Amino acid sequence: MADLLEFKNVTKTYTRGTLSKSSTTALSNLSLKLDDKQPTIVTIAGESGSGKTTLAMLLLGFITPTSGKIIYKGHDISRLRGGDRMTFRREVQAVFQDPFAVFNPFYTVDHLLSIPIKLFKLAKTKDEAREIMIESLKAVGLMPDDILGRFPHQVSGGQRQRINVARALILRPKLLVADEPVSMVDASLRASILETLRGLQRDYGVSIIYITHDLTTAYHIAKSIIVLYRGEVMEAGDVDTIIKNPKHPYTRLLIDSIPWPDIKRRWGETEIKARESEITITTTGCKFIARCPFAFEPCKQPPPLFRLKEHQAASCFLFEENPPIEPEKLTELLPV
Amino acid sequence: MTTLAISQPEVIQPDRLTLLFRYFRRNKSLAIGLFLVLMLTAFTVNGMLTINIKHAYPLSVKPKQPPSAQFPLGTDFFGRDLYPAMVVGLWQTALIGVLAGGMGTLIGVVLGFTSAYFGGFADSGIKGICQILTPIPPFLIQVILAGSLDKRAVTVYTMAFIVVLLSWMGPTLVIRSQVLSMKERQFVSVAKLSGMGDIGIIFSEIMPNLLPFIAASFVGQVFSAVFASFYLAVIGLGPLREPLLGNTIWSAQSQGAFFNGWWWWPIFPALAMVLILGSLALINMGLDELSNPRIRKTE
Amino acid sequence: MEPVLKVIDLQVSYYTDAGRATALAGATLSLNPVEKLGLVGESGSGKSTMALAMMRMIKPPGRVEAGQVIVDGTDLRSLTDQEMLKARLSKIAYIPQGAMNSLNPVTRIGAQMVDAIQAHDPKAPKSKTVERCMQSLESVDLNRSVFKMYAHELSGGMKQRVCIAISILLKPKMLICDEPTSALDVVTQRQVMETIDRVKNDIGSAVILIGHDMGLMAQFVDKVAVLYAGRLMEVSTVGEMFTDPKHPYAKALINSLPNLDNKGVFQGIPGLAPSILRLPSGCPFHPRCSYAMEICTTENPKIITLADGRSVACHLFTEGK
Repeated sequence: MADLLEFKNVTKTYTRGTLSKSSTTALSNLSLKLDDKQPTIVTIAGESGSGKTTLAMLLLGFITPTSGKIIYKGHDISRLRGGDRMTFRREVQAVFQDPFAVFNPFYTVDHLLSIPIKLFKLAKTKDEAREIMIESLKAVGLMPDDILGRFPHQVSGGQRQRINVARALILRPKLLVADEPVSMVDASLRASILETLRGLQRDYGVSIIYITHDLTTAYHIAKSIIVLYRGEVMEAGDVDTIIKNPKHPYTRLLIDSIPWPDIKRRWGETEIKARESEITITTTGCKFIARCPFAFEPCKQPPPLFRLKEHQAASCFLFEENPPIEPEKLTELLPV
Repeated sequence: MTTLAISQPEVIQPDRLTLLFRYFRRNKSLAIGLFLVLMLTAFTVNGMLTINIKHAYPLSVKPKQPPSAQFPLGTDFFGRDLYPAMVVGLWQTALIGVLAGGMGTLIGVVLGFTSAYFGGFADSGIKGICQILTPIPPFLIQVILAGSLDKRAVTVYTMAFIVVLLSWMGPTLVIRSQVLSMKERQFVSVAKLSGMGDIGIIFSEIMPNLLPFIAASFVGQVFSAVFASFYLAVIGLGPLREPLLGNTIWSAQSQGAFFNGWWWWPIFPALAMVLILGSLALINMGLDELSNPRIRKTE
Repeated sequence: MEPVLKVIDLQVSYYTDAGRATALAGATLSLNPVEKLGLVGESGSGKSTMALAMMRMIKPPGRVEAGQVIVDGTDLRSLTDQEMLKARLSKIAYIPQGAMNSLNPVTRIGAQMVDAIQAHDPKAPKSKTVERCMQSLESVDLNRSVFKMYAHELSGGMKQRVCIAISILLKPKMLICDEPTSALDVVTQRQVMETIDRVKNDIGSAVILIGHDMGLMAQFVDKVAVLYAGRLMEVSTVGEMFTDPKHPYAKALINSLPNLDNKGVFQGIPGLAPSILRLPSGCPFHPRCSYAMEICTTENPKIITLADGRSVACHLFTEGK
C-alpha cells in the first residue's frame, strides 16, 4: 500500500509584527495519508479562517509547513529538485474557485491549455498539441469549436470552469486539489461540473481533495469528510454519516445553517451563540468554546478526537466516554 | 447523466478595421491626439527631406522678414529662415522626447519588474532610492545642472540626460505597483502549476498585461522631456545654436520681438509647442481609458 | 392591502456597438408590505439590471425605455432628479453586490452613517442623528462600539450588517438586497439573512432578494420570481415554486437542485443561456425546453395570471387555467 501523499504532523503558523509578535495558527498538527492505489474523494469542510486554503497551498507546495513534513511518494516535497520536482508538479494539480481569475486576459483560452502541454513536453508537434487540447475539452463536455480561439470574457462562467478542469486533466495528475470549484458558478451548472470531477476519479483514477464550505455539494461528491475550524479537526469520517448525523456542535451548527432548497427543512434548529465580533482569544482549550452552546468546564483543555464509530470521530468532551484516537491515525477514519 | 453543451450560436466578429474605427469613435481623446501627432510627424519628416538645413542657422538669409511666399514663417533677427528652423526644431524636440522618454521608461520597466518580482533587498533598495529622489524638485536641479555646464557642452543629448535624471522614478514606481498586484493574481499561480518558472512568468504572463501601462508611462515621459527641454530653453539654458522651439522664443524675447513688430518670430514656435504638448496630453488621457477597463465606456 | 411596490412593464435596453440588447423586457410584479420576494436567474438574466432600473441608477449605454416603478404610491420614474435623490434611502434602499467592499476605507463607520442621514435631513441635530445610527447598529446585532471603527477592523459578516444598518436608517418602505451573502460563509450567511428578516419586520418594509441560490430563497422569501434572458418567466409563492413549478425553466431549476434523498444524481439543464444580443426567436428558452412546441419558436409568450394567482409566461398555459 504505497502512499501517494502523506501529511506528517503538519502545522502552519503565521507571525505578524516585528516588535510584538502575534501568531495565528492556520493549521494545527494535521496528519493525513492518501493511497496511491485507491483514488478517493476527501472533502475538507470549513468556513474562512478554518485553514482549508492553507491546506490547499501546502498540498500544492506553494507554502512550506512551520513544522512537520509533507511527503510525496516517499520524498519530502520541500527537498524535491529537478526531474522529481517536475513530476510532483505534474501529478499534483488544482482547480481554483474563481473561473475567470485563472485566465490571463491578454491571451485566448487556448493559452491556458497549451502552456502545460509545452512545458511538460506532452506533444511533439503543434498538431499533436491541438489534438490533446481538443480531446481534453471533449472529456469535460465542451465542444472544442466553441472554445478554442476565444477570449476568456467571450465564454461563460460554467464553460470557463470546465476549461480549468480540462487543463488539470491534460497533465493526468494523481491528485487534484479542488478549492471551492463551483461556488462561483451558477447553481444550474454546478451539477455538471461536479459530475465531471467525479468522472475524473472514477475513470482516470485521480484522487480529489474537495475543499468547500458548501456541504450540500460535498455530500454528493465525496466519500469522506474532515471538518476544520481554526486549523483544528472538529469531526472526521464518512460523509453520509456525518452530514445526516453530525455529532460535533460545530458540525451541527454548519449543517443547520445550510440553506436547503426544501421548504420543509428550515435552518436554525441550532441557536447561533456569540452574536457579534468574532472572538479571537487564543485559549489553549477547544477553539470553538466561545461559540459553543454546550461549552462546559473540561473544554478549557484541548479536546482529543474521540472515536464514535468506525468512520466517525469528533473532538469534543461531550463524547468523553468514547476511546480517543491519535491525530496521526486520522486516515483510519476515512472510508475509501 | 453527463450533459453535453449545445453548440453556441456563431460569434460574428466584425473585422479589425471596423473595430478600430468604432474604438476611435468612443475614445476621441486618443483619436485626436494620435491624429495631431501624425500630422506633426508628417510635417517634420516632409520638412527634413525638403529644406536646406543650413538655413536654420544664423546668417543664412535676409533677416527680419515677415512671412511671405519665399519665407513661409518669416525670418528672424539673426538671419535664420524660420521655416527650416521650425522643422529642425521639431525634429530635435522629438529626438529629446523619444530619447529621454525611452530611457526613462526602460529604466522604469527594468527596475520596476526587478523590484516587484524579486522583493527583498532589491525591492527595499530601489523603492528607497525612488522615495528619496521623488520630492526633489526637478526644475531646480535641471536649471542648476544646465546652468553650470559649459555653454558648448549643452547639446540635445545632454539635455535629454538632464531630463531623465529625475524622471525615471515615476515609471519605476508605477510599474512596480502593477507587477506587485499582478504577481498575486491567480493566473500566475496556475502558470506555476503548469510548470512555468519565474522568467517565463515575467515575460509571458505579466509583461503583456503591462503594455498599456508601459505605453502610458512612455507618453508621460515624452511629455515631461519635451516640456522640460522647452522651459529650459525658454530661460536660455538650452543649446543656443540649435533652433529648438524654446530657444527661438528665448532669442525672440531677448531681442524684444513684439516690441519691434516681429510678431511672427515667437508666435509660431509657441503654437507648435501647444500643439505638441496638447496632443501628447490627449494621447495620455486616451491611453488611460484603454488601460483602465473600469472607465471604459462600452466593451 | 395596497401593494407597497408595483412594477409595471419595466423595459431596459443597452445600446452597444454590436446593436441594441434588451436587458429587461417588460417586467411586471407587485409586492405587499413586509413581504419578501426572491428574484432568481442566472448571470446575465437581468436581475441586477431590474434593481438598478428601479433605483434609477441605469447609466448610458443603458436606458430605461418604459415602465413605472410605484413605491408607496409614488411613481419613481416621474420624479425629478432632485426628488429621486431624496427618495433613495428614504423610500427605497439598495444594497448592491459587494457592498461590504465599498465601505469607505478611510472614514469611520459612524461618519458614513451620519453622512447618509445628513444628506436627507441636513438640519437634524447631530446628537439625535448619532443616536439614530447607534440604534440602527444595535438592530443589526452590532455593538455600539462599531460606530467608531473602520471598515478593515470588521469581518465580512459584520461589514455586511453595517451595510444593512445604513440602508434602514431612514426606514424605507422597500429594501433591495443584491446577493448580500455571496462572499460569506454558511453560518454568517444565516446570521445576515436572519438579521434582514428581523429588521424588515421592525421597520415594516418589503424586501427583494436577488440571487441565484435557490436554497437561500427557500429559507427566506415568501414569493419567487424567475428571470431568464431578461424576461420574467414565473412568479409564484415559495411553496408553490418548490412543490409545483409551472414554467419548464423553473421546473428544470428545481430538479437540478441537490438534496439529501438522491445522493449522486446530477441533473443539469442542457445548453447555455443565450446572450441578450442574440436572443432566439419566439420564447428565449425554447432551444433548451423539453416541452417546446411549434408556436414557441415564433411567438414570445406573454405573462399571464393563472387561476390560483400565479403568473407564468409559457405557451403551455392559457389565461385562467
